[in-house]
Amino acid sequence: MIDTVVFYLFAALAVGSALVVVGQRNAMYSAFALIVTLGSLSAIFGLLGSPFIAALQVVVYAGAIMVLFLFVLMLLNVKREDSDATQSPGLRGAAILLGGALAFQVGVVLWGYRVTAPAGFDASTVQVARELFSARFLYVFEATSILILAALVGAVVLARRER
Amino acid sequence: MSGALAQPALILSLLLFTLGVVGVFLRRNVITVFMCVELMLNAVNLAFVAFSRQMGTLDGQVLVFFVMTVAAAEAAVGLAIIIAIHRHQDTLDLDAFNLLKW
Repeated sequence: MIDTVVFYLFAALAVGSALVVVGQRNAMYSAFALIVTLGSLSAIFGLLGSPFIAALQVVVYAGAIMVLFLFVLMLLNVKREDSDATQSPGLRGAAILLGGALAFQVGVVLWGYRVTAPAGFDASTVQVARELFSARFLYVFEATSILILAALVGAVVLARRER
Repeated sequence: MSGALAQPALILSLLLFTLGVVGVFLRRNVITVFMCVELMLNAVNLAFVAFSRQMGTLDGQVLVFFVMTVAAAEAAVGLAIIIAIHRHQDTLDLDAFNLLKW
C-alpha cells in the first residue's frame, strides 16, 4: 500500500520534471530538471525490486553523465535562449501531434498487455552480478570495455584544440 | 508487492519516452536535444526493469547495465563533438550543425 503511494509520488515527480526538461528554454534549468527525473526513476527502480540498478542510476546517470552535461553547459556559457523559438507553430503542433500518436499506439498495446508477475523475485546486487559476470555475458562485457576505451580516446581527440 | 507496480511502470516509461521524442522535435538547443535523448534512454531502462520484474528473469537488469554503459560513452563523445563544433560555429543551434550535409 505504502509502496503504491510512494510509486505514484515519484512517477508524478518524474513526469513533471521531464515536462520541465522539454518545456524549459534555458538549458541549465533543463539539466537540473533532468537530474530530478533521474533521481525519481532511481527510487522507482528501487520500488520495482532492483536495488543494484537504483544505485547505478544515481552513480552513473546523476553522478557522472549529468555532471558532464553541466560542465559542458558551464564551459560553453550559453546565454542565447532565443534560438529555441525559431520554429514555426505548425511544426510545433505537428511534433506534439506525432508524439501523441506514438503515445496512443504504444499505450493501446500496453493496455492489453497483462502478465501477473511471479511472487518470488530476487534481483539483489549479488544475483544481478552473478548473472552479469556469467559466461553468457562475458564477451558482451569485454566488448563494452573496448567501447568505453574507444569513447575515451575519441572524446579526447575530438575536444582537443587543433594547432 | 512490487509485482503489481510493473504495469504502471510501463505506462510511466511510455510517458517519459514520448516526452523525450517531443523534446527532440521541439528544441533547437543541441544540448537540450541531447538531454531528451538521455530521457528516452532512461524510459527504455525503466521498461527493461519493469519487464524483468514481470518475467521474473534478470536479463532485463543486465541489459540496463549495458545501456547505461553505452549512454555514458555516448554522452562523452557527443559532448566532445558539441564542444568541437561550438568552437567553429560559436552557436548551439541545431540548424547550424550541418557539416556533414551535402
